Amino acid sequence: MTILTQDEARSLMKKVLAYSKADECEVNLNGTDRGNIRYARNAVSTSGRISQSTLVVQSAYGKKSGVATINEFDDASLEKVVRRAEELAQLAPENPEYMPVLGPQKYAEPVTFIQSTADISPRWRSDAVAQSIQVAKDNKVVAAGFLEDNTRYAAMMNSKGLFAYNTSTNIDFSITVRTEDGKGSGYATRGYNDVTKLDTKAVTKIATDKAVLSASAKAIEPGKYTVILEPTAAAVLIERIFFGLDARQADEGRSFLSLPGGKTRLGEKLVDERINVYSDPLNRELPTSTWNGDGRPQEKINWIEKGVVKNLTYSRYWADKKAVKAIPGPDGAIMEGGTKTLEELIQGTKKGILVTRLYYIRDVDPQSLLLTGLTRDGTFYIENGKIQYPVKNFRFNESPVIMLNNLEELGKPERTVSDESNANYLLPPMKIRDFTFTSLSDAV
Amino acid sequence: MGAAATLLPGIPVMGHPIHPERALEVIDQAWKKQMSDVALNAARSNGATYTDVRIGRYLQQFVVTREDKVQNIVNTESFGMGIRVIANGGWGFAATDKLDKDNVAKTAELAVAIAKENSRLLTEPVRLAPQKGYGEVTWKAPIEKNAFAVPIKEKVDLLLNVNSAAMKSGADYVNSILFMVNEQKYFASTDGTYVDQDIHRIWPIFFVTKVDKESGKFETRNALSAPMGMGYEYLDARPQDKIQGVTTLYRGRYDMLEDAKVAGQQVGEKIKAKSVEPGKYDLILDPSHLWLTIHESVGHPTELDRVLGYEANYAGTSFLTLDKWESKKFNFGSKMVNIVADKTQVGSLGAVGYDDEGVKCGQWDVIKDGILVNYQVIRDQAHILGLNASQGCCYADNWSSVQFQRMSNISLQPGKDKKSVDDLIKGVEKGIYIIGDGSFSIDQQRYNFQFGGQLFYEIKNGKITNMLNDVAYQSNSQEFWNSCVAIADAGDYRLGGSFFDGKGQPGQVSAVSHGCSTSRFNGVNVINTSRKIG
Repeated sequence: MTILTQDEARSLMKKVLAYSKADECEVNLNGTDRGNIRYARNAVSTSGRISQSTLVVQSAYGKKSGVATINEFDDASLEKVVRRAEELAQLAPENPEYMPVLGPQKYAEPVTFIQSTADISPRWRSDAVAQSIQVAKDNKVVAAGFLEDNTRYAAMMNSKGLFAYNTSTNIDFSITVRTEDGKGSGYATRGYNDVTKLDTKAVTKIATDKAVLSASAKAIEPGKYTVILEPTAAAVLIERIFFGLDARQADEGRSFLSLPGGKTRLGEKLVDERINVYSDPLNRELPTSTWNGDGRPQEKINWIEKGVVKNLTYSRYWADKKAVKAIPGPDGAIMEGGTKTLEELIQGTKKGILVTRLYYIRDVDPQSLLLTGLTRDGTFYIENGKIQYPVKNFRFNESPVIMLNNLEELGKPERTVSDESNANYLLPPMKIRDFTFTSLSDAV
Repeated sequence: MGAAATLLPGIPVMGHPIHPERALEVIDQAWKKQMSDVALNAARSNGATYTDVRIGRYLQQFVVTREDKVQNIVNTESFGMGIRVIANGGWGFAATDKLDKDNVAKTAELAVAIAKENSRLLTEPVRLAPQKGYGEVTWKAPIEKNAFAVPIKEKVDLLLNVNSAAMKSGADYVNSILFMVNEQKYFASTDGTYVDQDIHRIWPIFFVTKVDKESGKFETRNALSAPMGMGYEYLDARPQDKIQGVTTLYRGRYDMLEDAKVAGQQVGEKIKAKSVEPGKYDLILDPSHLWLTIHESVGHPTELDRVLGYEANYAGTSFLTLDKWESKKFNFGSKMVNIVADKTQVGSLGAVGYDDEGVKCGQWDVIKDGILVNYQVIRDQAHILGLNASQGCCYADNWSSVQFQRMSNISLQPGKDKKSVDDLIKGVEKGIYIIGDGSFSIDQQRYNFQFGGQLFYEIKNGKITNMLNDVAYQSNSQEFWNSCVAIADAGDYRLGGSFFDGKGQPGQVSAVSHGCSTSRFNGVNVINTSRKIG
């Protein structure tokens, strides 16, 4: 176990700072215990356990800074890493955007660590996978999955007296189930801080049902359709808005948040007024760190309120230049929704398509945030409030900004994992009109 | 997945920062053999029936700038040992960065214990293709100038000059990066092979942006460089390495400064370019673009692990199922489409002497006269195709990652008849000439794809008329390769490639090249990608 307590981390970093001769010195200390198991064709293919600790020292002389890292924590190594950072700082060209380190900050008490997740053993992992494989075998389908858990700590301290410490746990599980004839495929994924919430058997059953239901899909014409996006499908589109909240890009005129004449959409209505997006490190369903990598506190922030862009993210340099508060990017995002379940959204749909997963998302045009990608692992035609039959996969070309202007209804938010970034979010299933499918795919 | 080549936030940085000069130190080969033998013996005495050991030193140097500023200089080293074993018929893997004899032996024991734990969830034992031991051998990439020996200042000056050239010729913003990688890999196995290899890769890249403040429209033009398995000599461009046409293109060497200057002008033209009329067009695809289509629609679907379902939960499976290969008549492309896998191609990203399970590398046909004839295979898959040897496609991106099947260099062979790019363009009535790679997306079985690009030129009645914008083409892999009607001759052959191709869970990156000459594809569906928000 590489997890240091708060006191152990504090005394180690104090020792590091005592060796510093630079104008400024900042120390980041991280440790992770990570275990994983991967399987395919109903058998385990690989598994591993990796423990890593890293001490990062940043030294600065004026606006010249250098970084050095080490994973040995004896006194000689600690002194060596400080000297190395100072040497690299002397060699470095001056960085006009270098910002002095922060002084002491106040952080909320984090709620990211769950002991039961930290206690996961190799036998627990293989048992969880054995249960998943058994569901597949019982249903005569073929499972491929991946389970990864981690326990981390992070701490930082600098020569101006800042100190921060956090521990966290997380487990992600994803599974693709295919029918033996290769004509049906289903997927499900879950992410939690608390492993006791994960039931690999139940998640495998969901993917199995989708695989069986999606077999022998019919081709329907591509075009504009009302779609219901499950949270897993919505995540890979909506997160592109979260990733694009950088104020500098918007101010420089090269973002979907830029407007003609050097203006931005900050304070402007961007999407439907029922859209509210915020981040909150203390949310019990999606807890995240209460401080970010450069020591700024992470607080509850409204990003989109009633469809209006309320805040953008700033580097400390850009915030200083613009004389605004330097709000860091969030570690997780939450979109408010309604109370309806996915089934209720389907029941209220006259004609539409249920999209359970989207894949291979790429930017097509950063100006409009136009994205392309494909449906995958279960796409279904809905008529008169019921799933009628599976349909062949589509390629789409759509912007999440346009999509959230074509909003019909939001369901009840749930925690989901992005297939593209592995980030966790709280997102509702959503009903969208005029979603643009541009071609058919034969892929199952 | 795909070639995460142009996604800046996705840059994987591995290892610990080091002083630049430390990258030139060399680790003693005799010591590596001694430590490998400790691991091989410990695994054997704990019950392993096969063991391989990789001692890897992975060096990276990235220089990152924007406009007149150096944003970051990264120098990292990652050093350690990965031990892979077969015990009770199953694979086990463990890795350590503490290379003393006791710890190495303990890590080998852990790998055996993991193999035994995994074996209870096996459906059949691992079957390895036989592999003869080569004894003690070495392989070095044939570079002329070690990039790690070039002073940082020289690299910083180059990038800042590149940025300045782009700004002077009309750009508002420019980001430029030099990626340099050196893998010093030692491999040993119970087959009796001890291989020491020295591999170098380089990738200079820039992104030039212009904003029209009045309309709010912005465009970007990326560098037309290729990532290469070369040293710093890639940046010493000579006149004979340049291909003059509607824009200057580069073969084997790259003039970054010249390309940046041209990019600064072209990004302004892109803003004003005519928006494409959607419809069917004949496409003339330059190698700086076509490499990515080859990568996604040929490279990935011919990976045997995808065909078999090992990547089903992440990257996906493949439309090139075994029955299509067995039929010996699956019509992948037109008769002129010949695609070769080659792990020995000089200057390519995937060139090595031996793969990461001790197999000597070579070349083989994948698509022959349009027919699917082979896949890309590693040792525990060879028996499935009835082969008695691996094709040498095993790779791990670090000592701490377990090796698995990764893409070989996969290249389209040049046309046999003498034909230039101009000859190709001359015959097109309604077409688009596409240069440089852009947006890319393909489904999980590699049927349906969509690609953008950097520069699009309209062709009318055999002549290039004007620049176009908002272009992307959609097709199906088999349909697309069957629409290939002309390929320029070997004089136009060039390499492109992916420096950070992602695959696997946990994810690993690899670097791979794809060669081709400019080619013509008839009647491809082109869409217009322009949209308005707000």
